[in-house]
Order: sequence, then structure tokens, then C-alpha cells
Amino acid sequence: MSSHATTVHHSEAPKGWLRHYIFSLDHKIIGTQYILLGLSAVTIGMVLSVIMRIHLAWPNVHIWGFANGVVSPEDYLRVITMHGTLMVFFVLTTVPQSGFGNYFLPIQIGAPDMAFPTLNMLSFWLTFVSMLVLLSSAFVPGGSSISGWTAYAPLSAVGEIAGPGQGLGQTLWAVSIALFCGASLMSAINFLGTTIDLRAKGLSLMRMPLTVWGWFITASLALLAFGVLLAACILLLLDRLAMTSFFIPANLDVSGVLLKHAGGSPLLWQHLFWFFGHPEVYIAILPAMGIISHVLSTFSRKPVFGYKAMVYSLSAIGFLSFMVWGHHMFISGMNPYSALTFSILTLVIGVPSAIKTFNWLGTLWGARIQFTAAMLFAIGFVSLFVTGGLSGIFLAQPALDLYLHDTYYVIGHFHLIMGVAAIFAMFAATYYWFPKMFGHMMNETLGKIHFWMTFVGVYCIFMPMHYLGYAGDPRRYASIESVHYLFRLQPVYIFISIAAFVTAAAQLFFYFNFFWSIKRGKPAERNPWRATTLEWQVSTPVPHDNFAGHYPTVYRGPYEYSVPGAAEDFIPQDVAPEQVAKA
Amino acid sequence: MPHTSTTEELEIIEAGGGGTPPSFAGGDDDGSPGGRFGLPQRVYVTGMAIGMGAILMFFMAFASAFIVRKGVGSDWQAFPMPRILWLNTLILLASSLTIVRARQFFARGDREGFRHWWSVTTILGLLFLAGQLIAWRQMVISGFYLATNASSSFFYVLTAAHGLHLLGGIVALLYVGRGKLRRLTFATATEVTAVYWHFMDGLWVFLFLLLLLGR
Repeated sequence: MSSHATTVHHSEAPKGWLRHYIFSLDHKIIGTQYILLGLSAVTIGMVLSVIMRIHLAWPNVHIWGFANGVVSPEDYLRVITMHGTLMVFFVLTTVPQSGFGNYFLPIQIGAPDMAFPTLNMLSFWLTFVSMLVLLSSAFVPGGSSISGWTAYAPLSAVGEIAGPGQGLGQTLWAVSIALFCGASLMSAINFLGTTIDLRAKGLSLMRMPLTVWGWFITASLALLAFGVLLAACILLLLDRLAMTSFFIPANLDVSGVLLKHAGGSPLLWQHLFWFFGHPEVYIAILPAMGIISHVLSTFSRKPVFGYKAMVYSLSAIGFLSFMVWGHHMFISGMNPYSALTFSILTLVIGVPSAIKTFNWLGTLWGARIQFTAAMLFAIGFVSLFVTGGLSGIFLAQPALDLYLHDTYYVIGHFHLIMGVAAIFAMFAATYYWFPKMFGHMMNETLGKIHFWMTFVGVYCIFMPMHYLGYAGDPRRYASIESVHYLFRLQPVYIFISIAAFVTAAAQLFFYFNFFWSIKRGKPAERNPWRATTLEWQVSTPVPHDNFAGHYPTVYRGPYEYSVPGAAEDFIPQDVAPEQVAKA
Repeated sequence: MPHTSTTEELEIIEAGGGGTPPSFAGGDDDGSPGGRFGLPQRVYVTGMAIGMGAILMFFMAFASAFIVRKGVGSDWQAFPMPRILWLNTLILLASSLTIVRARQFFARGDREGFRHWWSVTTILGLLFLAGQLIAWRQMVISGFYLATNASSSFFYVLTAAHGLHLLGGIVALLYVGRGKLRRLTFATATEVTAVYWHFMDGLWVFLFLLLLLGR
């Protein structure tokens, strides 16, 4: 590390166990807490998906944990709702942004911590409480919600009468999401404030690592989107608890009972939900894009191809994400002209997305690629992004969507692009940053086995779903046994289920590798990947104030690999021009 | 040197800003302004600006729901606007002036004057909240409860949401008025509080007009 920064005394980490590990203000501890929270959520979510796959392939098999072992249709809906809510909110939203972002954004920009450490701690603990409230809904009378993660009104708004789980379970769901919104808003303020004000000397916007750009733009989206979901949840709770009629129309007959509500609009919920919901998709994927650009560049030993284009396309995707929510509602009876507008705007997102893909391939082109586990997952991400993105272009067209809406085609699409792609980025981030976080290397061989099984596995799971969708198979059916025109698809179901079991089993390699390596992995050097950004220039473990009082000055862009004439094939951002060793 | 920063990049740095290392100095966890690492004070101003963006979106969601719900439902009933809201609005507008006055005294170094006008602002804020409760009472007297009609539902939701946010402002006024600050300097604290207070004032004027013209 260059010695240009002024020496100042730095504060020590608090000594007490409770203040050090539990109610910590340190962004690194908080980031780790978020990652562990996400790891718990993803484990539960994965077990739920295995239950779904067992039930779909063999509907009559008894499963432990359900009444008499029988999975009723309502139970199945409970499982999908809990799976979706956990995965979208507590994994995809939480880990790439609040987890890795919290840990590495301050270090990458040369700051001692987040701008508002107490707020940061509150965000985490509110997220934690929110997850507890969600999970507790499984243990109340009637069980957890059966509405799906989108909680469409009016059935989410009318209470118990709409089915088991629509009583207290659905109320707890709405409370949980409202709390989550609050936590996400506080976290977004922190990310934005930190990036705007705490960058090291010389770290201009166009010298920020693309990870930082990803987190920055994601935080902007979260800031503008979660307030809307919070408002929607409040209105939903009022409809449920205070007899208002925001989302419940007049003369609604539910289970043979005529409700007293009047004049509300179920579509209003859809508008509010998807105004949040579509940016949410990008909240999950933009940090992933940043991480992938970062990892690809490091292991290609090449600068990111078209850095500025990457920044502008990230911003363009973020901007457009607020104008396309209607494409989730093509079959809601909207004016065809509105549908056309939403459709065109949606297709426009293909342009910055294609720029990104092109630049990722450009980064790989002609490179001396190092196929580490992190790199494999990054390349896997690009593959999944292309496959999942292409089916999006089909769904963006109202004429096709009328047919494909609410079929397995949609399930295949969003799992590839939003679910699995973002999870691949999390894996890439874990394999890449693990040495800095825990001071040990993860096992590369296990990592590669994990990658290949997962990569092949997810394609075997989600590609056939596109065919199920073409065949007209609706999502959310607990079983197709009694549906004559669908039952011939049962062999596909069985194939997908087996692929899902193998993929889930492959994750054991990851769990083992992760927990074993924390203590027993090969000790890591300070900069094992020979990377350029600031987090690799500080010692491991990272000091409490990140830089032990020597705050860096940044002299160059983030991806100076293989610079002609330099002795090393990478030049760290904080090395002064006159200090660069020449070949 | 085959690869050095170009002049153009250097200019971006000048313009782009970023933290300066010495500003993190002196960060004892001793409760002195500056906190653990002595983060620069401008983060609080930035943070408030960003936070107001989030609050604005939250209220815009309610406002657009209001407009949509009025447009699609055939059951909309106009409620009589509680008279006292006019007075409340004037009180809140006045409180924006008094907080400006307080900061003028602060800038001059006149602690007494500052404290006086800061307290007046706090009292006006509390009066506004009391007035809002009276407005609710007037709504109840004219027969409009939370669930009576979507129009009154929105009335209660908007006034309650704004009231809670304003209560946060009053807490900040009291906290800053007490004068024992941990991370912020006094100047930053008064600036951030005043910005938020003006925002709450402007937001109320918007909501008042929305309810008045849209009910």
C-alpha cells in the first residue's frame, strides 16, 4: 500500500462480545450478519422448493411436517408463498446489496465505515425482526399466507374468509414486508450517503469499481421503490384490519359470503405492488452485474471492456426499471395502448442489457482467463443472463404474454434471470471475497464441482419449464394429476424434480466448503487474486477502521490489468504513478 | 510511463470530489461530535436530502392511490373539510418562518435568540399536531370515520402519516434544543432539522391542497 495518506490514530473495535458481534456498528460485521441471515433464508427457501418438487412429481407421497403427511393444495400454496417471499426479500434483495455491499463498499471507496453506522445496525436488526415475523406466520392458527409473494388483492385483503392462512398469517406477512421496507429504506440512505460523501481522495465517480456503481444505483432504486411498497402494505393492512376499501370492490362474494366493502380497486394493489416490484427485480440483479464485471476483469487480467458504457448502461437500466411495471399486468384488462407503451419500454431495456453482455464478452475476448471457482460462476452468470433475458423479450410482448402469463414459462424466465443469475453472482462474490473476509481460501476443487453440478442442474430444472409453459401449464397448481391435458407432462415434472434434488445436494459442497474453510482453509495472502481495488490492498483481517489510519489516495481507475510496460500485470488503485514498477 | 492519468481524468477528480483523508481524523468513541471516525459533517446533510426523497416517494404513492381510487370507484363521497385545517396550515407555515429566524440568531452567535425562536418553532409544531387531532374530531362529528368512505380513509391515512413524520421533526427539535449532541456539530444539527422542518411544511401544503381540491 502506498504511504501517501496521513497517519492518524484510529479507534479500536469495541471489546464486549455483544457490542462486537451482535449489536455491532462495524459495517464488516453487519455485512456478515446480513450474509448469514441470507444463508439461513436461502436454506429454508431451498428446502421448501425441494418439498414443492417432491409434491409436484409424486403428489401422493407423504411428507414429514404436514398434517398426516398429506400436502393439501393450501399447504402447497403456503410453501410457494414462503419460498417466494424468503427468496426475493431475504436472499436476493439482502445478500448482494446489504451483505456484500455493506462489507466491501466502504473499503472499496477508502472509507472507515458507512456514513451512518447506527442506522446501519438498525437496518439489519429490523430486517432480522421482519424475517422472524414472516417465519412466525407459519406457526399461527390457519398457518402462513397462501397469496403468493405478490399478495394480489382482493383475496389478500379480505381476511380469513379467503382461505386458511389469509387470516393472521397474511397480516403477519404484510407486517413483515412493511418492516422490511423500513429497513431497506434506511439501508439505501446509508449506501447513497456513503458513496456520495466518503470516497477517498482521487476516487472520482468514473474511477469507482463497477461493484460500487452497482450498489449505488441499486440503493437509488431501493430508495424510490420501497416507500411505495410500504404505502401499499399500510393500505392493505387497513383493508384487512380497519374495514377500509382501498383494494376490495363492492359486492364481492367470497366463499359464499357477500362482503360489506365498497368500491375499492384490486388493480390499485397491482399497480402499487409492481411499481415497486419491477425495480425490485433490478435491485436483485444490478449488484450482481457489478460483482460479475469485477470478477470477470480480475480473472481475465484485462480492464473491463467499455467501463463508461457499463456505468451508463447500469444507470439506464435503473432509470427504465421505473417505467415498465405494467408489463406484469398485460392480462389485467389494461388499455391495449398502455400495454403497447409498457411493451416498447420493456423491450428498450434489452439495449443496455445487450451492451452489458457485449462488454462482458469483450472483457473475456482474447484474455488469459484464470478459471477459478469465482470466475466460473461469473461466466455462468453471463450465460444465465442471456438465456433468462431472451425469454424476457418474448414475455414483454402483450400478444405472447396473453398466452404465457402465469404459466411455467414465466417461472423458468424469472428463475433463470433473477433467481439463479443473482445467486451465481453471490457464489462468485463468496468465492472471490472469502479470503479477505475470513483470512482463508476456499477449496477450489470443491468449488469447481459445486459450479458444474449447479450450472448443469439449474439448466435442467428451468429450461424444461419453458416447454411446460408453451404447453399451457399454469403455475401454482399443486398437482396436475387430475388435469387431463396436462397430465401427459408428468414425466417432465419428474425430470425437473430429480434435477432439483441433485442441484440441492450439490449445495452441500458449498456449505461444507464455506464452513470448513473459515477455520481450516489454506491461509490467504493479502491479495491472493492479484487484484487492483482497495479492499485487496489492506491487510487481512481488515482493521476495524479498514485502513489502520492510513487512508488511501486513488490515482487510477479500478481495472488496470496487464498495463503495457508495467512490471506486474496489475496496478493497484492507490499506487502513485511514479511508484509503478516498470518492466 | 506508458499509462498515466490524462488531464481529462484529473479534471473529473477536481469536479467529482470525494472525501479527504484528514477529515476522518480524531475519531475517538468519546461522544464528541464526529463520532467513531470523525466522519465529515456533510454526510448528515446529504443523508437528509436522500431521506427526503424516500419520504416523498412514500407520500406520492398515497397521493397516486388517492387519485386512482377516486377515479375508479363509483362510491366516492366528498367529506366536509375540517375548518381548523386552515388555521393549522397557517401555524405550520409560521413555524417555518420562526425556524429561519432561529437559525439567523444562531448564525450571529446569539444563543439566547436562537433558543427562543427554536422553542417557538417547537411549540408551533406541537400546536399543529394538536390542531390535527381537533380536525380528526371534527371529521368524526360530521360522521366520517376511517372506514366510512375511501375519501375519509385517505384523509386519516394522509394526516396520520404526515403527523407521524412531523412528530419525528418535533423530537429532533427537542433533541437539538437540549443541546447535547453526539455525532453532529450544532450547526449541522440545526441545518438538518430546519431542512426537514421546511420539507414537512411544504409536504403538508401539498397534502392539504390534495385533500381540499381532490376530496
